[in-house]
Amino acid sequence: MIELQNVQKSFDGGMSYAVAEISFKVERGELLGLIGESGSGKTTTLKMINRLEEPNQGQILVNGRNVQDRNPEQLRRNIGYIFQGIGLFPHYSVAQNVAAVPTLLGWDPDRILSRCRDTLELVGLDYADYAERRPDQLSGGQQQRIGVARALAAEPEIMLMDEPFGALDPITRAELQEEFKRIQKNLDLTVIMVTHDMTEALLMADRIAVMKDGEVLQIGTPSELLNNPTHEYVKKLVEMPRRRAEHLERLMHSS
Amino acid sequence: MNENLREQLLLLPEYFQGHLALTLIALTLGIAISIPLGIWATQSPALKRPLLITVSIIQTVPSIAILALVVALLGGQIGLLPAIVALVLYCMLPIVRNTVTGLETIAPDVLEAARGIGMSPRQILTRVRLPLALPVIIAGIRTAAVWTVGLATLSTLVGATSFGNYIFTGLQTRNLVAVTVGSVAAAVMAVALDSIIGGIQWLTENRSQEASSQQFKRARLAVLFGIVAGFSLAAYSLLPKPSADFVIGGKPFTEQYILAGLLAAELQNAGFSVDQRLGLGTDILYEATANGSVDAYVEYSGTIWSNRMRETENPGKEVVLEAAANFLEENDGMVSIGPLGFQNLYTLAMRRDRAEELGIETIDDLLPVARTLIAAGDLEFFGRLEWISLRDTYNIDFAEKLTFSPTLMYAAIDERQVDLIAGYTTDGRIAAYDLKTIEDSRNAILPYDSMLLSSATAAQNPEFMSTLSALVNKISDNAMREANRLVDVDGRSVSDAVAYLQSIIRP
Repeated sequence: MIELQNVQKSFDGGMSYAVAEISFKVERGELLGLIGESGSGKTTTLKMINRLEEPNQGQILVNGRNVQDRNPEQLRRNIGYIFQGIGLFPHYSVAQNVAAVPTLLGWDPDRILSRCRDTLELVGLDYADYAERRPDQLSGGQQQRIGVARALAAEPEIMLMDEPFGALDPITRAELQEEFKRIQKNLDLTVIMVTHDMTEALLMADRIAVMKDGEVLQIGTPSELLNNPTHEYVKKLVEMPRRRAEHLERLMHSS
Repeated sequence: MNENLREQLLLLPEYFQGHLALTLIALTLGIAISIPLGIWATQSPALKRPLLITVSIIQTVPSIAILALVVALLGGQIGLLPAIVALVLYCMLPIVRNTVTGLETIAPDVLEAARGIGMSPRQILTRVRLPLALPVIIAGIRTAAVWTVGLATLSTLVGATSFGNYIFTGLQTRNLVAVTVGSVAAAVMAVALDSIIGGIQWLTENRSQEASSQQFKRARLAVLFGIVAGFSLAAYSLLPKPSADFVIGGKPFTEQYILAGLLAAELQNAGFSVDQRLGLGTDILYEATANGSVDAYVEYSGTIWSNRMRETENPGKEVVLEAAANFLEENDGMVSIGPLGFQNLYTLAMRRDRAEELGIETIDDLLPVARTLIAAGDLEFFGRLEWISLRDTYNIDFAEKLTFSPTLMYAAIDERQVDLIAGYTTDGRIAAYDLKTIEDSRNAILPYDSMLLSSATAAQNPEFMSTLSALVNKISDNAMREANRLVDVDGRSVSDAVAYLQSIIRP
């Protein structure tokens, strides 16, 4: 469970706010989509949860504990983190990349090895085939599968994702979106996923929070947003996927 | 095999070990200092610029100047220590700069991932940034290694044995075989060291992904062998050797090589073991004898009078000689054993045909035409008291004043590229090139009587003193000039010239 209470963040000492006093709650096992354009404050909001950024005001609770009371490194080791840049360690093999967090946590080698096998299988990669490869020998889609495996390896209950599939080609992206959704349901993960792609948010999220200029305009289920947008901006955001869906439907019925 | 080449190759093991030890010690210390400094600089932006500027400035100071400064800072100590300090200072730039560059050019995504998964700053440094920067850092070390091998040749000038012994002795005594052997040896060592470090670089770039391949294993074996062999040889050369009874010093010109050889030969005949530290600068040699690192060398009265006593008058030969002897005994605790008998004065000289054409016998005769003439001196002459005294006494100046290494200076006057030179009275080349010396009738030029000096400790050994005292007043101007001529003009070896002097001393 993640809860933000009146969280504020300014990068210029209060002249302007990247995040202006927001509050919301994500329940256990829920996937919240955080959507908005560049500069809306969505990434900053995400990074405050694992303390890659520090809020100026307000508090953030993860599983009921204030993150400010926790050692930032310990906190991050217990929260999966996936981002568009992936950032696999180029000098590590695939297996070493996946084992990175369990190694930091000091797991014993046998447990790390069996967890690596399981996690790679979970993201659809064969351990024997991939374990000894280097990141630069993999395609973008394979790299992000490893990125997901690395984030899952230490069995976190919470995942933070920052446009995780943004750099992938459409087919790979769709595959990974579906697979991740399946994994999330199976493991009952609590997830916040930042995206600027409304279609992705509508398809994957249990609830969506729309951000603009540092504020949350509306938060609700995909159907609430589609049917009852409370802001003109939200209406505009859901308009495009809706029109495309209707268009596709007409095409399918016309044949 | 050519006798000269054979003689040079006999020296190779000693010079090789000296050079290798200097290079490896300096490089190891340089790495040990520079990498932490580079890391520190990337952690603290306030430090980075000053640090990079400082190491760059060190690099711009001419290397000979750095050596001289380090010797001065260490209180006149010569040998391994000042050479290593100077080499360490010199090899820092490429290592520090590449460490900083390597650490700062890590992809931002990788750093974000490292933070995001919960690595501490220290873990990010040791597990991500340093391993990824390693190839760049090693490339810096390769550059430093090649520089250090090259610069280590200059260590000879502060009394540390290196391939520079070949080069400096060879240049001064016109022994091109020695110069070639020294240069080739240094080049081979540079290439070998570069290959070994290049091997390490290849291993770090290909580790684990090639860990099982034959090629990788062979390369690792070769590199390991190179490292172990290099360090063992260097360590071997540092083992305490039976230290010589006495150390003889000498400055970097032919006469001094011959005289040092003569002192060493005489002491060896008397049953002592002797080391020679050749090619040292005047101030370095004086300080080293004062603090006992050198036991004996030949100095010139005028040098002490002007360089040490800062006197500007010229009261005449006897007064200068006595004052210089008193000065070095009272001020620096050295002992003047006595004059060898010859003087090595600066003298102006011209081609004989040119002097006759212009009707020149004395410096006064030069005055009407001086401003149309091109003069040449060695690297220091026009900055010395002798020139200032000449200029002021005669109110003379020349159209151009060029500086040359002595060998090139004689070639230049022989080919009429210059009109007159400032040579030395004992230089065999004055006779060999048939130059006319121009008389200093107003005694503007200081007297330069050769003086045999010893350190305070050596002077307490009666046998040492009686052996060297036997040389006092035994070498005439003519004898010294002939000995110099044998080496400089006839291309004979220093030991031939020493044998010649011995035949004069004991007919």
